[in-house]
Amino acid sequence: MYNIQGYYDPETVDEAVALLADNPSLKIIAGGTDVLIKMHGGQLEKAELLSIRKLKELEDIKKLEDGTIIIGPLATFSQIYNDPVIKKNIPVLGEAAISMGGPQIRNIATIGGNICNGATSADSASTLFALNAKLKLRTSQGERVIPIQEFYLGPGKVDLKPGEVLTEIIITPENYQGFGGHYIKFAMRNAMDIATLGVAVLCKITESKLIEDVRIGLGVAAPTPIRCQEAESFARGKAISEEIIAVIGKLAVKSTKARTSWRASKEYREHLVEELTQRALKAAVRNAGGGEVA
Amino acid sequence: MQEVGKLHKKISFTVNGKAVSLEVDIRQSLLEVLRNILGYTGVKKGCGVGECGACTVLVDGTPIDSCIYLAVWADGKNITTIEGLAKNGELTKVQKAFIEEGAIQCGFCTPGLVLTTTALVESGKKYTREELKRELSGHFCRCTGYQNILKAAERALEE
Repeated sequence: MYNIQGYYDPETVDEAVALLADNPSLKIIAGGTDVLIKMHGGQLEKAELLSIRKLKELEDIKKLEDGTIIIGPLATFSQIYNDPVIKKNIPVLGEAAISMGGPQIRNIATIGGNICNGATSADSASTLFALNAKLKLRTSQGERVIPIQEFYLGPGKVDLKPGEVLTEIIITPENYQGFGGHYIKFAMRNAMDIATLGVAVLCKITESKLIEDVRIGLGVAAPTPIRCQEAESFARGKAISEEIIAVIGKLAVKSTKARTSWRASKEYREHLVEELTQRALKAAVRNAGGGEVA
Repeated sequence: MQEVGKLHKKISFTVNGKAVSLEVDIRQSLLEVLRNILGYTGVKKGCGVGECGACTVLVDGTPIDSCIYLAVWADGKNITTIEGLAKNGELTKVQKAFIEEGAIQCGFCTPGLVLTTTALVESGKKYTREELKRELSGHFCRCTGYQNILKAAERALEE
């Protein structure tokens, strides 16, 4: 028995945003794998729920003619892992999706919920940071599109204004075409665990084996997911080598604000950032067609 | 559409092929409705937070944790519980494989594991042992050490 005070289940986004406009205190629920667990544990006390599960228009994953990929926020982790568009164009997001929870959770949990929950450990977030994903947020008054980096404000805090529903996760072609990627989830167990650190690396290499572009997204290295700007700027234009990759790993640590928790100490997390950034980058280079880094 | 303040909602779904219509309390999980109202006690309540897999049922053939699935969401769905597998007292090949491989000790995790394995068999796909470990990773078993469960799943998939 959950302490649910009321329950709305509209069938269109228009209906949903109209309801939210009238009653901004409604708690949005999709898969429920965060909301119901928070209610169970008392972190979220009594709530009136607005279920968006019936909004069919938010379920699809599609590729537009210009190459832009639109992921519906109601897409489940299982759906993302198995989706042909994701497999072909951004397999690194599929890797991140399959690392989350276990099968029964992945069958229910949605990518939109994963983002809106605001956890730095969200398995989809570091990859979406690396992909420069944009989010479309809609109210009864209109919509706005913001970079995912601006959406995260702090632990469990996102820039979801009263009355807003996340309606699209947008990845434009210049942010995935030609990139090779790799995601490493470091956790104590291979399943059903929260990441001690999540590392998503995308890279693009030139014919002459120079790093044309690199993106490093980290989860659990700061209060929100982050990008490692300093390491990325350093890497651009450099020839790929063991030494350069080692420097990139060291620079990645500079962007972090890791802290000690019962899962891991600050020092250990920083060590993980340095090491796993290098491993993920080597794998990303391989996936981008750059071969093995000797 | 459901009005706020109303704590009951009429829903219709099938359980093990049998049509059910009832007024459910919107605060209840599917687990509570299946166990306490409909009497399907093969659905076990373990952790209550979607970690242990004991409450796993199939919704339209897909394994889910029924403890963190609201009963109202079952509207229009086909639910399968462990009670729905054996036909006329004849166990399914998955159930038989679990017995033959000694994959059952206390039995508390068994309904969930058998249902997830049933979904794997129904998928028609082949699975390596590593893939099987991943597919069964949403279930805790505190007795067997998992080896016999993996063997049982492999046996069921081979047949």
